[in-house]
Amino acid sequence: MHDDRPTIPGDLDKPEPGLTPDPAPSYREGDVIHTAPEFAIAEADVLAAERGDVIPGTSLWRDAWRRLLKNRLAVFGMIVVGIITVASVTGPLIIKQLTGLTPDYIPTDVALLRSIPPLMAPDGSFSWTHPMGTDNQGRDLLARVLQGGQISLMVGIIATLVSLLIGVSYGAVAGYLGGRIDNLMMRAVDVLYSLPYIIIVIVLLSVFRSQTARGQVVLLFVALGSVSWLTMARIVRGQVLSLKNQEFVLAARATGVSTPRIIFRHIVPNTLGPVIVYATLTIPTVMLTEAFLSFLGFGVQPPLASWGSLVTDGIQNIGIFPWQLVFPGLTMALTLFSLNFLGDGLRDALDPQMRKL
Amino acid sequence: MRSQIIANLKFKYRVTNTNGNLLEVRDLRTYFDTEDGEVKAVDGISFQLKRGETLGIVGESGSGKSVTNLSIIRLIPSPPGRIVSGQVLFDGKDILALKEADVRRIRGRRIAMIFQDPMTSLNPFMKISRQLMEITQLHLGHTKSQAYSHAVEMLETVGIPDARSRVDNYPHEFSGGMRQRVMIAMALSCEPELLIADEPTTALDVTIQAQILELIKTLKRSTGASVILITHDLGVVAGMTDHLIVMYAGKVFEQAPTAELFARPGNPYTKGLLRSVPDPTAQQGELYQIPGSPPDVAHLPAGCPFAPRCQRAADICSHEFPPFVQLTAEHFSLCHFADEVYEESRSEVRP
Repeated sequence: MHDDRPTIPGDLDKPEPGLTPDPAPSYREGDVIHTAPEFAIAEADVLAAERGDVIPGTSLWRDAWRRLLKNRLAVFGMIVVGIITVASVTGPLIIKQLTGLTPDYIPTDVALLRSIPPLMAPDGSFSWTHPMGTDNQGRDLLARVLQGGQISLMVGIIATLVSLLIGVSYGAVAGYLGGRIDNLMMRAVDVLYSLPYIIIVIVLLSVFRSQTARGQVVLLFVALGSVSWLTMARIVRGQVLSLKNQEFVLAARATGVSTPRIIFRHIVPNTLGPVIVYATLTIPTVMLTEAFLSFLGFGVQPPLASWGSLVTDGIQNIGIFPWQLVFPGLTMALTLFSLNFLGDGLRDALDPQMRKL
Repeated sequence: MRSQIIANLKFKYRVTNTNGNLLEVRDLRTYFDTEDGEVKAVDGISFQLKRGETLGIVGESGSGKSVTNLSIIRLIPSPPGRIVSGQVLFDGKDILALKEADVRRIRGRRIAMIFQDPMTSLNPFMKISRQLMEITQLHLGHTKSQAYSHAVEMLETVGIPDARSRVDNYPHEFSGGMRQRVMIAMALSCEPELLIADEPTTALDVTIQAQILELIKTLKRSTGASVILITHDLGVVAGMTDHLIVMYAGKVFEQAPTAELFARPGNPYTKGLLRSVPDPTAQQGELYQIPGSPPDVAHLPAGCPFAPRCQRAADICSHEFPPFVQLTAEHFSLCHFADEVYEESRSEVRP
């Protein structure tokens, strides 16, 4: 504070030759000039407030959004994720309208249409019918990649929603109640954490093995969701631990608000920043896990496809028909990158430490 | 502006029995279990508060002022805190013996609190309107629209200009003084019988301080509510309170009607505090300060806790706990030499 104030340099004080020096100089070397800026601001504030001027404030979210838009990688991620989501949702329908092909359509003359390279007709001439070629059953690969995107994104989003629901409430309750209950709840999390979650998922999936492909997908949602909430619970608990000692919580308690209401109406909204960031970063992680499980044969079963199962199919023929691996693999990689960029961008945008920007 | 405030008041007078004590605290003891041992944050405090009266609690940081008041509405964090003994009779009922759900019905409805830092005591993620509506919906059973118009009314009452449009703002869009006004609006929206203001002006500019104090005073007068004003600023309590309690190391050191305490303090600590208030008329010189610093409440000395800093401490002070001497009907002092100090104060000419 003191360093900001202008000081009188020493040489100004020296009497100039020929002039009578001031008998009692009002400033001496190193004196601090008090301009009383604080007071002036306070008064202006009061006057403005009393006139009822609305001092336009930028809300936290608008502020964060502005910072997010400044981050090119995050914007890139956002755009790519948006495109892939839209394409996955609408793509298969459009393809069906244009070519009559569905992701699980196996042509009757399989031998002729099997594993056609991209942008080619079965006879080797150029064709738009299969922009990504076909798989070894003769199914249109683009349609399958897009439909696989549906499943992959859905797994990511639903598992993340489950983790949000369970993780946030579990962590918030543990953090707020504290003491023995907190200890008990968090040790349970530790126990679950110490088990390799892949194995939990595999066990869940093999014990409750479903007969239908759709049933298998639902199981996958449940299995991934049930393990992905652990870290979320820890993050939220940590946030709540610091928030619950803030005065606004005490103020809320002093007005007679009940404990559940304090936790979920007053405290949880305040944890949203880190929660959003972590949720965004959970989506790619879960998608990767899903791909891994499908790769091992535990995930999505044909005729449904996910990026993981498509990669598995593709890897069997990697030497001869590389596009069967490359297209789903690239799409997945691009999506995961984008989601991670977006997550990083959100973290930077919502992190109060970065607010100096 | 003040006339506008008064015009906006829609409170009914609640004063029914002015002679009865609204609040009576008897031998309240609140201890904290820390790694350092047992901290006796509040150790045997007793006082009465009549309806419509204002009580000031003065003391240095860590003297137990805030803990006393959190104990009254049972908001002591537990663990580590626990109320060891005592009674808090509010309107005849012992709050410390009530069920949690019943205490919750009293909090905000009949006893309201204002906190020190208006910057942190409003939820940054909730609109002002929602925070104000929550209380009346909870305690007065207001519908949404009732609560909303009541919220606007309350903001007008506490002198927030253009309340109708500001009510939907977020706390960060308000300045510190305005936020404290919002806090006061929140505290008063259920017309509480007791308002506890815990250092309500400490975090504010001097100019705003006066406004806020004036506001509390005006609202108090028109609602007939009792007020407990906690502060470390003697200047604040002087014009505001009827009675004063001076706390030190969790104990009541002196208790008296405000005018009497200022005119004739009966305790060396109080005298020290009074001397520490800078006198603007005096020529610039050394400011008086009480030597030393407040004691570690976890390891209090055997005798009087103030003895190491006290200028008139004698041998007895360091090994015998002082008595709580009654000087007049309403004037008490915790000191071995209370009578002498009191006599000295009488002979001293005070401006």
